[in-house]
Amino acid sequence: MSLVMATVRRDLLLAARNPGEWANPLMFFLMVAALFPLAVDPDPVFLSKIAGGVIWVAALLATLLSLDALFRADVEDGSLEQWLASGESLYALSLGKALVHWCISGLPLTLMSPLLGVMLHLPADAFTALFLSLAVGTPVLSLLGAVGAALTASLRSGGLLLTLLILPLYIPVLIFAASAVYHAGIGMTYNGQVAMLGAMLALALALTPFAAAAALKLNLSR
Amino acid sequence: MWQWLTRLYHRLGSPKWFYEITERWIFWLALGSAVTAVIGLVLGLLFAPADYQQGDSFRIIYIHVPAALLAQSAYMMMAVAGAVYLIWRMKMAAWVARVIAPIGASFCLIALLTGAIWGKPTWGTWWVWDARLTSMLMLLFLYFGVMALQQAMESEDASYKAGAILALVGVVNIPIIKYSVEWWNTLHQPATLKLTEKPSMHPDMLWPLLIMILSTYLFFALMVILRTRNEILWHERKRQWVRKIMEP
Amino acid sequence: MTPDTGAQQTDLEARALYCERDDRILFADLSLTIRSGELLQLAGPNGAGKTTLLRLLAGLNRDYEGELLWQRKAVADCYAEYARQRLYMGHLAAIKKSLTPLENLRWLTAQDDASEDSLWQALEAVSLAGYEYTPCMQLSAGQQRRVALARLRISQAPLWILDEPFTALDKDGVRWLEQQLQQHVATGGAVAITSHHALEGIPGLRRLTLGGES
Repeated sequence: MSLVMATVRRDLLLAARNPGEWANPLMFFLMVAALFPLAVDPDPVFLSKIAGGVIWVAALLATLLSLDALFRADVEDGSLEQWLASGESLYALSLGKALVHWCISGLPLTLMSPLLGVMLHLPADAFTALFLSLAVGTPVLSLLGAVGAALTASLRSGGLLLTLLILPLYIPVLIFAASAVYHAGIGMTYNGQVAMLGAMLALALALTPFAAAAALKLNLSR
Repeated sequence: MWQWLTRLYHRLGSPKWFYEITERWIFWLALGSAVTAVIGLVLGLLFAPADYQQGDSFRIIYIHVPAALLAQSAYMMMAVAGAVYLIWRMKMAAWVARVIAPIGASFCLIALLTGAIWGKPTWGTWWVWDARLTSMLMLLFLYFGVMALQQAMESEDASYKAGAILALVGVVNIPIIKYSVEWWNTLHQPATLKLTEKPSMHPDMLWPLLIMILSTYLFFALMVILRTRNEILWHERKRQWVRKIMEP
Repeated sequence: MTPDTGAQQTDLEARALYCERDDRILFADLSLTIRSGELLQLAGPNGAGKTTLLRLLAGLNRDYEGELLWQRKAVADCYAEYARQRLYMGHLAAIKKSLTPLENLRWLTAQDDASEDSLWQALEAVSLAGYEYTPCMQLSAGQQRRVALARLRISQAPLWILDEPFTALDKDGVRWLEQQLQQHVATGGAVAITSHHALEGIPGLRRLTLGGES
């Protein structure tokens, strides 16, 4: 079995063993969404207009929360060193890690989104768009996030810096995804937006592992 | 021709050569950028006709547009320099990349501030979430990201590589961000300078703008050279030729 | 472990190595070879560059001048092939605390395609029988190190490069590891090791001492 497969298996096992890893960001997701009606206006008409955007911003923040730990433990306990020693492709490894991250972050968020849609009075027509946009968009977040996580894995205050680095790169995803949900809510088609998300996913799949692999090598001490 | 290029490439990689040859350039760059700035500003502020819609407030374009153009191209140059370092390990490229970041960020800030000042009389508010200003803001975030990352890294070599990787990721994303922000909002007036179309500005308004753009680029070159020379002096401080310069 | 027909004979050669760190020259014009049946111990005070040299030999550290050859080919050109023939264990054990020794060993030996039985046997050999399902955070530092060392029982690689492998081991553990090293070298394998522990009585032992303050 290749080390990449073994790492994916091991990391999923670790997530199962440490449920906080995937459950905490989910709770955060829920709580952030709940902040908006509390802070602004619980009026259903008002909420239904902002629901899509709010849910997506909350998803973004929840993803950023779970990214910091992506490579940090591996750097600290020597697993990264073993990867490099194995001679296997760091490109494949980065891709595998991003996949695992999506499984424990983006996927649960996507599955939980209808619940938030109900809480924030998302228009009935927009639920499919919300689910779809999250399903296609969160992998992009994981892939881009892996680059940021790799760059900051050895830094002490890495978490905050990671957020700073990655947020501008997330803006296009946010724009098209939120727009898809909004347009669905007012009864318009949103194929174009989802297509753009798909294109971003394809681009991210192809290119980000290069950057992540290069960044991972920076974490090895002499 | 090819030989001359490869020789130039090798020379550029030598800090000593760069330091010596730029000695003479500094004066001319400073003079050039100052003179063109004076000409451009005089023409633009005093002689260009007032815009029939915006009156005199449009004149801030003579600072805003050059700054915005420079902020964007400086990021590209930073990414290219970073790539050169990653691929060929040329130390000079790493120093140039590091030096460009704060300069580009400052110009980005100037563009944002002048854009906001322009907005007040034109749209009535200090800030508007239109395509141009918003993507300028995103560019500022990208600059901050590179600078913050380089600052946080412990080893200098790692900081150069990390900055280069991030700048390259950013450079690929800039067109995507720009397109998506433009798509998202088209309040801002269409760009007055397109490379392939005839500019929609009166030539009396256009010429000062082009002169100011030239002045800004000359100023940028001057700043980059001055700061790179500092980097050279610091990094090569143990070498003979630097010691000779430092001696009174 | 007896190298089987898939493994090659060890032939690692370093020529004129030059390496500096933080403006300090660690070693210059250093040449050495490691062949089958040899155990090379790198000695020297802290900070002398033992770990740097070891990682360089393992192919992890690319920041040097000089040549490093495996089977007469540059390591940089055949890294994947070299990595399959070389077992590297660093300072850090690469153990995940919330996983059991069995699960950790499974990951560590993923490339070796070890059977479940061999994993159990390896853990038994390092005196961890009965702890297979205990999360590693409940084990002592020495026991965790032994999980990592269990790899030695499974790997078929002819060349072992080990950085401070005796860390945290008790007397029995030390004796066990010395036995493993002896066996490996006697059956045609090779070892490069840094350790403050005094290795004695192993045939084929060579010592290379790196300088102290420059």
